[in-house]
Amino acid sequence: MAVPRSIQAVLEALERKELSAVELVRDTLERIEQTKDTLNAVVSLLLDTALEAARRVDEARANGAPLGPLAGIPVAVKDNICTGYGATTCGSRILADFRSLYDACAVERLKRAGAIVVAKTNLDEFGMGSSCEHSVFGATRNPWSLDRVAGGSSGGSAAAVAARLVPVALGSDTGGSIRQPASYCGVVGVKPSYGRVSRFGLVAYASSLDQIGVIALNVEDAARVLSVIAGHDPRDSTSVDRPVPRYGDQLACDLSGVRVGVCEDHFGEGLDEEVASGVRGAIDLLREHGATLVPIALPHMKYATACYYLIAASEASSNLARYDGVHYGHRAAGAGDIVELYAASRGEGLGPEVQRRVMLGTHALSSGYHDAYYLKALKVRTLVKRDFQQAFEQVDVIASPVAPTTAFRLGEKLGDPLSMYLTDVYTVSANLAGLCAASVPVGLDSRGLPIGMQLQAAPFAEARLLGVAHAYQRESDFHTLAPPESIST
Amino acid sequence: MSASFNEAQVRQVAHLARLNLSPERLVEFGAQLSKIVGYFDMLQELDTDDVEPTAHPLDLTDVMRNDVAQDTLAVERVLSNAPDHDGTYFRVPKVLQQEDA
Repeated sequence: MAVPRSIQAVLEALERKELSAVELVRDTLERIEQTKDTLNAVVSLLLDTALEAARRVDEARANGAPLGPLAGIPVAVKDNICTGYGATTCGSRILADFRSLYDACAVERLKRAGAIVVAKTNLDEFGMGSSCEHSVFGATRNPWSLDRVAGGSSGGSAAAVAARLVPVALGSDTGGSIRQPASYCGVVGVKPSYGRVSRFGLVAYASSLDQIGVIALNVEDAARVLSVIAGHDPRDSTSVDRPVPRYGDQLACDLSGVRVGVCEDHFGEGLDEEVASGVRGAIDLLREHGATLVPIALPHMKYATACYYLIAASEASSNLARYDGVHYGHRAAGAGDIVELYAASRGEGLGPEVQRRVMLGTHALSSGYHDAYYLKALKVRTLVKRDFQQAFEQVDVIASPVAPTTAFRLGEKLGDPLSMYLTDVYTVSANLAGLCAASVPVGLDSRGLPIGMQLQAAPFAEARLLGVAHAYQRESDFHTLAPPESIST
Repeated sequence: MSASFNEAQVRQVAHLARLNLSPERLVEFGAQLSKIVGYFDMLQELDTDDVEPTAHPLDLTDVMRNDVAQDTLAVERVLSNAPDHDGTYFRVPKVLQQEDA
């Protein structure tokens, strides 16, 4: 039989014993191997532990023992999320030999639900990038077109789901790192509200912005996995103690009661025409099925990218001070004293984009510049947050593009970092304001590349966000399109 | 505010960030950082005198827990990732310069 691809279909096949979890894991590992040279989505396999876990699921099923809601589902995990077995490299030379010692909270919860962690996925080093090209393992390629980027930073997770290597993957999103690669690869990406999912075991990039989330083939699958990983964890004091709804059971959403905010600034200069018409078409579909469109203003949106990069770089420069060649990670040889050891280890071990952001952040926090840059950005963050608070008094969700274009060419923006940063213009605000947001596929452009629509909702309004996204998928079939198998195998 | 970085300034920031950079990269970063920081300067258009800063998206105050001892990772496991150690200590090159007597 053909191996099913979505979580729902896999669970049904396992339940009917048309497939065993061990067979499924073997098939998954084989497909990853087949696409290694083309996609480069995966950086390491958890071969032994995955097969062992699959055996246990099959045994439990055979014995009629209770099974978790994701029993037997293979999952890939972005390689900045710790697993207690194997490596966690963050795509960095400085952690190339680092063995992580414990499971992240989200990984722990997935395993408890019966999911099987099969692989760690490629990323821009420490999550810093919008193309998945800044990795010590080389770039991940887009399954729809191998000369295009997969997007970033969770490009490996998005490409792995899009190529049907796994039904679901974890990513992390600091300024769009789940939503933008999901959009470029034609799959669903969900960035939960800040505090919804514990960051315990997520390697820190910018702690007031980072959030773990889900990349899947459809909204139902994403909702199901979010219910498993969400919730309070005492090991992350910013994880919020409030009940976790069963998102997968609450997807029924009557669009006739839904107010969709549309901000004309999201459709202005710099937006590709085909992306604009794809997203407008999707918004029209919501309206045709009963949603009310409400024009909204987000007056500080044009400042969000500058505000975001100042805050993210500042927090990064502080968080990444821990890579010092002393406690773990790469140590340069031959340093005469401790300061030389720090500087040489970091000079050799950190890649250029990470160094650039550490430099920017160090500058923004340094004496004489702190008030003009870092403090100013924190104040502008207040203004951005207020814009959304006011908007969400009038609307339930805000619909917009995810990115100004579809996937760009490999190498196209590497020489001009600012042009790369500006691709995050629609996604960074959600992180600044702590919103939940999702990316859903809404079509292909004339080159055959996926277009994504972003939906944003107020903090902790995930049920509403996913309900609207699911309602869209009920009325459209773009999420069922798969990249031609011939491209990646 | 001047947005352009000369080589000495880039070298100073690299020193503060504890990053050894090649001469070529210092030049490259100087040009790139000037352009990026120049873009950041748009924030100066906004009057934020009466705006409170937001350091964090949540309205959380201090989160307390009971002061109870818990199991943590074993020292040997922690040291297994260290580039160099001596017993239960991380080993590093000399920290203090020797003063002339």
